Amino acid sequence: MNAPENPSRFRIVGTRPVRPDGIDKVTGKAIYSPDFAAPGMIHGAILRSPHAHARIRGINTRKAEALPGVKAVITGRDFPTVESLEVSLGEGSGNILHTSRNCMALEKALYHGHAVAAVAATSEAIARAALALIEVDYEVLPHVITVAEAQAPGAPIIHDTVFTSGLDETPITPSNTSSRFVIADGDPDAALAASAVVVEASFSTQPVHQCYIEPHGCVASFNADGQAQIWASSQGAFMIRDLTASILGLRQADIRVTPLEIGGGFGGKTTVYLEPVAMLLSRKAGRPVRIMMTRDEVFRASGPAPGTEATVRIGAAADGTLTGAIIEFTSRGGAFPGADVHPSAMHALAHYRVPARRVTGWEVVTNTASTAAYRAPGAPQTVFPVECCMDELATRLGMDPIELRLKNAVRPGDKGLNHLPLGAVGFVECLEAAKAHPHYTAPLGPNQGRGIAGGSWANYGGPSTVELSVADDGSVLVVTGSPDIGGSRASMAMMAAETLGLPYEAVRVTIADTSSIGVSMATAGSRTTFATGRAVVDAAKEVIAALRDRAANIWGAAPSGVEWRDGAAHCLTGDNAGQSLSIAQIAGRAGQFSGQVSSVVSVTSPDYLPGFAVHICDTELDPETGHLRVVRYTAVQDVGRAIHPDYVEGQLQGGSAQGIGWALSEAYSFNSAGEVENAGFLDYRMPVCSDLPMIDTVMVEVPNPGHPYGVKGVGEVPIVPPLAAVAIAASHAAGVPLRHLPLSPDKVYAALQSRN
Amino acid sequence: MSKILVSATVNGDAQQFLCEPGDSLLDALRTQLQLTGAKEGCGSGDCGACTVILDGRMVCSCLVFAAEAEGRIVATIEGVADGSVLHPVQTKFLEHAALQCGFCTPGFIVAAKALLEHNPDPTESEVRYWLAGNLCRCTGYDKIVRAVMDAGAQLRQEQRPASERTTA
Repeated sequence: MNAPENPSRFRIVGTRPVRPDGIDKVTGKAIYSPDFAAPGMIHGAILRSPHAHARIRGINTRKAEALPGVKAVITGRDFPTVESLEVSLGEGSGNILHTSRNCMALEKALYHGHAVAAVAATSEAIARAALALIEVDYEVLPHVITVAEAQAPGAPIIHDTVFTSGLDETPITPSNTSSRFVIADGDPDAALAASAVVVEASFSTQPVHQCYIEPHGCVASFNADGQAQIWASSQGAFMIRDLTASILGLRQADIRVTPLEIGGGFGGKTTVYLEPVAMLLSRKAGRPVRIMMTRDEVFRASGPAPGTEATVRIGAAADGTLTGAIIEFTSRGGAFPGADVHPSAMHALAHYRVPARRVTGWEVVTNTASTAAYRAPGAPQTVFPVECCMDELATRLGMDPIELRLKNAVRPGDKGLNHLPLGAVGFVECLEAAKAHPHYTAPLGPNQGRGIAGGSWANYGGPSTVELSVADDGSVLVVTGSPDIGGSRASMAMMAAETLGLPYEAVRVTIADTSSIGVSMATAGSRTTFATGRAVVDAAKEVIAALRDRAANIWGAAPSGVEWRDGAAHCLTGDNAGQSLSIAQIAGRAGQFSGQVSSVVSVTSPDYLPGFAVHICDTELDPETGHLRVVRYTAVQDVGRAIHPDYVEGQLQGGSAQGIGWALSEAYSFNSAGEVENAGFLDYRMPVCSDLPMIDTVMVEVPNPGHPYGVKGVGEVPIVPPLAAVAIAASHAAGVPLRHLPLSPDKVYAALQSRN
Repeated sequence: MSKILVSATVNGDAQQFLCEPGDSLLDALRTQLQLTGAKEGCGSGDCGACTVILDGRMVCSCLVFAAEAEGRIVATIEGVADGSVLHPVQTKFLEHAALQCGFCTPGFIVAAKALLEHNPDPTESEVRYWLAGNLCRCTGYDKIVRAVMDAGAQLRQEQRPASERTTA
C-alpha cells in the first residue's frame, strides 16, 4: 500500500478551484442527451403498455408503417434471442435477458408503462401519431403491486421461470418470491433471550424514484457494415456499449459510445432502457434515431429503488453493549428480480459490533417498473429500521443515543462486510464529531424533535483507465472514460496537478468515448475519485519518471540524481547540480527523444474502504395538520480526504436532501388497475428549495492508506442515515413512534390521533 | 396544416422561426434557434429547467406556445452573460459550486437573476420560495441559495456609487 503523502505538502488537494466544465454549465453551452443532434437524425417514440399485466397476443403495425414520415417500426420480435446471463453493472449485477425484456416486452407486458413497440419517424409528432395506429391485442391478466398481493395464496405468477433462489431446497413451482438471502453469525436467538433489553418493531419504506432532472435520452446510428455509434447520457459509456452489444448480438468494438454530459443519475443511469431500441430502429431506418423519454415515461418505466418491509429485533446488555439482532425484510423488486437484497442485508448492521446476528432478506417481483440502483442501493431501507431501534434502545436504557452508538461502533480491525478486518474506518470519529457539534446540544423549540442516525456504505474500486500526456508547451491532458456526474473533472485535474507539481489550470481533463480509451467501470459505487483518481496519480507518476529520465539524459546525469519538484526536474549531482528544467522546457525538446511523454494506466483498486456517516436532524411538527418540516440538519461523514471540499459537501447535502424526501414526501401512488397515478413532479413530491433548511456538513478526514491522497468514496453514504434521522426526530416531536415512510401529514395526523 | 412564422426578439437579436401550432416556446428555442440551454425536465411546468424571461416575466417555456412569442421579447440563459463576461449570478454559482450535474442550472440562473432584479436584497426564505419552482436533485439547494444571496450582495455593491464601495 502507498503511504498517504504528507498533508502539509498539498498545494491543490483540499482547495476549492472552479470546475473546468463550469462555464459551459452556467451559460447553457454544455451538451446533454437532448441537446445532441446527428446529421440526418430522425425521432423515435415508444408505445407503452396501458395495463399492469397483460399477455401480448399480437401486434399489428401495418397502419403505423403506412403513415407518411414513418421510417421504422419495431416490436419485441425484432430483438434477438438472448440467454439468461448475469453481468456486472455499475452497482451490482444485471441479467441480460431481463434487461432486454425490460427494454421491450415480448410475451407479456409486466407493468403499466412497459415498452411494447417503437416507431421512428421524420418528426416526434409523426412518431407519436404512429404509436396511436399500432394495434396491440392484449389479454389483460390480474396484477400484483404490493408485497402482500404478490405473496398472497393464488396470486398471479409474473414469471413462470422464477423459482425462489437461496432456499435449502429449490422449489418446483414458480413464485413471485424470487430470492432469499441470509447472513448468519452466532446464535442470535439465544443472545436475544439472554439480553437485558430487546427492542422489536416493524418498519416500511416505499419505492422511490431517483428523480434525475434530465430524462433518459440517446441517439443511435447503425451502419450496414455493422459499425454503430451511440451518443447518450449515462453513468457509464462502457456499460451502455456492453449491454447494447449483448442484447443485440453486436461486437463491442463495433459500437462506439460517446458520453454526453449527464443530468443526474444517482444509480438510475447504470442500465439501458433506450439504446437497444434506438439501435434497432436505426438499423431498420438507415438513419440516426433519437429517443427521449418524457417525465411521465421516466416515472412509469425507469428506476425506482425498491421499497422494503422489515422487522427488527435487537438486544443489548444493561450497559448498552449489543448482544444480538434478528432482521427479516422483504424488498419489492418490480417486474424483474434485482432488488438489492444482498446490499440491504449486508449494510443493515455493518456499522455496529453485533456478536450474533441473522439477517434474512426476501425479494418479491411485482407488476411495477423494474427497480434500478439508487445511491447506496439497498442500504437506506435496512439501516432505517436498525437506527430507529437503536434510538429506542437508548431510550429504554436511559443512555445518550450517541454514547450507545459509540459503545457499539465498528473500529479498525473489526470484521468487515467481506469478513476481512476493517481498515482505517472513521465511524467513531464521526460520532465524536457529532457529539461535539453545537447542533447536538442546541435547545429545541416547541413541537420540535431531534433525531440522530448513523450508517455506512461499502464503496467500491473496480477498473479504470487513464491516459495522461504532456503537450509541446508543457500543459497536460488527462483522458478518462469516467463520466463527470458532479465535479470529477475538477478532482482529476487537482490530483494530476498536485502529483506533477503544476498549477490546477495546467491540466485539462476529457471524458472520452469508448473507442478512444480503455475500459472504466461506470461512475457508480462512489468509485470514481477513488479508482479513476488513483489511475490519474499512477499515470502522473509514470510521466514524472519519464520526464526525469529525459532531464537526466540532457544533463548527462544518473536519473537517481534528478529530483522532480514544483513541476520541474532539478539536478542534484554532477556538473549541472543546481540546474533545473521545467516541464515545458523538457516537453519542448521532445524531438531529441521519441516524441512526447505520455502514459496509459489501467488499475483495478481493491483497497477501497467503506464510508461512515452520522446525521443530526431537527423536525418541527404542526400538530394541527401532521405536517413535518426539517428545521435544522447536520451531516457528519468520514470522507477519507476531500480532494475538492465543495463537491464533497455537495454530495453530503444532496444525499441528505434525497433521504429527507424519502422520509417525508416521496412515494408512488397506484390505482386499482395498477397504473401509476403520480407520474409527474407535481404529484410525486421530491423536496423543493422551500422545503429544506441549509444542510450543515462536517467532513471528518480519516485518510484511506490505499489511495495516494487518502480518498474514500463519498457519494452514497449520505443517503443512508437520513431516513432514520428524520423519522426519529419526527417520532420525538410527535411523542409516538413513526415507522412507516413517507411521514406524510395524513399518516402523522392519524398517529397523533391514536396517541391521544 | 402549414407552419406559423414567428418574429420575436431573442437575447436582443431580431429572430424569425417557423413552428407548428402545438409547439412550445421551449421546442422552438431548442430546435429552431439552437438555443439548447433551456432544458425540458418535465414538460409540465413543474421543474423549472426551461425557465426563460418573456417580456420581463419569468415563465416555464414548456408552457408557452411558440406562436405566443410573436412580437415579444425573450431572454434565455444564452443571453445572461455579457459576451464572454459572466453575470454575477453565473460567477457565484461557479465559486460556490452550486451545481453538480448542471442540468437544472440554466433554469436556476435565469430565475435567480430575475429574483435579484425584483428584489435586490432577498432573505434566505425569499430566495427559497422564489426558487421553489426550480427542481434540483443533486445539491440539496444549500449552495444554490448561498450563491444567489452572494450574487445579490455583489450586485448591490456594484450598484453603489464608486466612492461607497468597499474593496473585497
